[in-house]
Amino acid sequence: MAKPDNDTLLAQDAAEKGAALQEAVTEELPLEEEEIYVASYWKLMWWKFRRHKMALVSAVFVILLYLVAIFCEAVAPYDPEEYFLKYKMAPPTKIHVRDAEGRFHLPFVYKIDRTQDPETYRDIYNEDTSTRYPITFFVRGSEYEMWGLWKSDLHLFGLPVPQDEQGVFLLGADRLGRDLFTRMCYGARISLSVGLVGVLLSVTVGIVLGGVSGYYGGRADTIIQRVIEFIRTMPHIPLWMALSAAVPKDWPIVRVYFGITLLLSLISWTGMARVVRGRFLAMREEDFVLAARLAGSGEMRIILRHMLPSFFSHIIASLTLSIPGMILSETGLSYLGLGLRAPAISWGVLLKDAQNLRSLVLVPWVLLPALAVILTVMAFNFVGDGLRDAADPYAR
Amino acid sequence: MLAYIVRRVLFMIPTLLIISIISFAVIQLPPGDYLTSYVSQLRETGDIVDEAELAALKERYGLGQPIYVQYYKWVSGIILRGDWGQSMEWQRPVKDLIWERIALTMVLSGISLLVSWFVAIPVGVYSATHQYSIPDYVMSMFSFIGAGTPGFMLALVVMYLAWSKLGMAVGGLFSEEYITAPWNWAKVVDMFKHLWIPVLIIALNGTAGSIRTTRANLLDEMNKPYVETARAKGLKEGRMVWKYPVRVALNPFFSTMGWQLAGLISGQTLLAVVLSLQTTGPLLLRALTSQDMYLAGSFLLLLSTLTVIGTLFSDILLAWVDPRIRLGG
Repeated sequence: MAKPDNDTLLAQDAAEKGAALQEAVTEELPLEEEEIYVASYWKLMWWKFRRHKMALVSAVFVILLYLVAIFCEAVAPYDPEEYFLKYKMAPPTKIHVRDAEGRFHLPFVYKIDRTQDPETYRDIYNEDTSTRYPITFFVRGSEYEMWGLWKSDLHLFGLPVPQDEQGVFLLGADRLGRDLFTRMCYGARISLSVGLVGVLLSVTVGIVLGGVSGYYGGRADTIIQRVIEFIRTMPHIPLWMALSAAVPKDWPIVRVYFGITLLLSLISWTGMARVVRGRFLAMREEDFVLAARLAGSGEMRIILRHMLPSFFSHIIASLTLSIPGMILSETGLSYLGLGLRAPAISWGVLLKDAQNLRSLVLVPWVLLPALAVILTVMAFNFVGDGLRDAADPYAR
Repeated sequence: MLAYIVRRVLFMIPTLLIISIISFAVIQLPPGDYLTSYVSQLRETGDIVDEAELAALKERYGLGQPIYVQYYKWVSGIILRGDWGQSMEWQRPVKDLIWERIALTMVLSGISLLVSWFVAIPVGVYSATHQYSIPDYVMSMFSFIGAGTPGFMLALVVMYLAWSKLGMAVGGLFSEEYITAPWNWAKVVDMFKHLWIPVLIIALNGTAGSIRTTRANLLDEMNKPYVETARAKGLKEGRMVWKYPVRVALNPFFSTMGWQLAGLISGQTLLAVVLSLQTTGPLLLRALTSQDMYLAGSFLLLLSTLTVIGTLFSDILLAWVDPRIRLGG
């Protein structure tokens, strides 16, 4: 009986020492319970997160969205400003796998013919089933500059014919004949990064001020708490509206973008600071902090090396949960015309097209950016929920 | 209790002071001042600029004088004379414009809040007491969707559906003939006919969040020993749940009421713009886009003040409901 005991001790030791050693031990002890016993914190967290199926699916979805946002030039089949005069307000192009005679093919689209309604002068788009265009992956199309670094003309998908002949509009075209899918890909870049950049800003401020507040307490704590309380009593939306209305209209897009992001994080850091402060207060009295102090660690080392890692997961969880608010606020402000303005492309800017009810009936697909926003927000909420549950893997 | 209230009221004073400074800063944000734009506006329309009137306005707002004099004149006007300044765009005193809007906003939001609580509390309690049942899953799904969909997008979709499928133009709070009409019984009836769509949309949003709060809190409470004790004493389950843990679980409703009130007044801004309701949101947006800064600044000040009062109100309510806060604080 001495051997397993010894092994368990070894395992405990290893769990503290590092992942490499630990895995070797885990192999020696195939029993499931012992695997849990020696698993690292992050591994436990991952196991717990994995159990939340919606969170897992949403996480994959979010990663896909960010991939689209990062590689939007290549994912989008066209240039976002490129307009197809022939396809003003064209509905989403239907993608077929079965032709009119009932034969199966790889995905293709039919040639689209435009006719005009003699009475209303509305354009009507019909499919000409005699000409098929196969959808091709990695096709050469309009030229773009990837991340502003190098030129390319390779697109993820498209039609192998010149653009004047035929276009593929996955989500339809807008009033000027621009491809909505392309514009939504480019919009994702701004809409999704506003959330990230804003949250990073507010996390930085939140951790510093919340940390000072929670770790030192006393007068600093009182002042910071008062400031937070004050900011939280300001009505957010009117304040944002007022401040973003003050952003000069002649600023370049990049500066407006950072201005708006800064405005959004101006308020949201308070939530983060509260979380961090609460954690610090709870942990200040813990034995391991006292131990570190007695061992002669400096304060910075105690905070960064000992305290921060133990609530890092909670920060990530609340960070994930605060991204949707940012995305929504940006969308709302841009929709009102107070945030980003065309020629910048974000989902909120795209939604401005949906403002006119009459045109909405003719081109209902301009509402699709709203769907993108809703799905993104829900996905983030699920991921955040899963992370929050997993943040404390030792709890039952 | 009295000491607690007095302390809270005293704490409000510096808060209000800072809020007024921020609101005033917003008025000052656009380049130029009120008078310059007013004069240029008059010139554009070809009106003759009355020098005497100009001088009077200049004196009234302290324009051209140091910034703190201007601030003092603005604030003292509001506090001492109830003078909120002049709206440039509407050519009317600000106070004539805002009060009706604020009243309408509060009616709309108040009704929505009541509707959402009326639905959310029973549903949340049911979800918590029947955890992991099929209705619980359905409700959780619904509340996730409701919480993820912002009101203004929901409003867009509802408007689109009503227009394209039913041929109905939803939006606004009144029929056309009543918009400028003075208040009478027929106008009130007309308003309630229009009210249900915005109420439904706002309530849907609020309900989603409230269901989740109620459910989570009640689940926490249900595991506590006092619940076990009550059960052991033979209290009927339904009576026990409503009498003890639900009351504790509803605490957050009181503690967040201040923010709820703020949300009531300001949060529906976007939705109101989409549905073109005659509430504060669209007017504030218009004031901001046309740089009607006295109107915008006054709005901001008023909305913030109401929020502060709302927070105070909810703190007092919470202290009244939960003795731990009253005695411990």
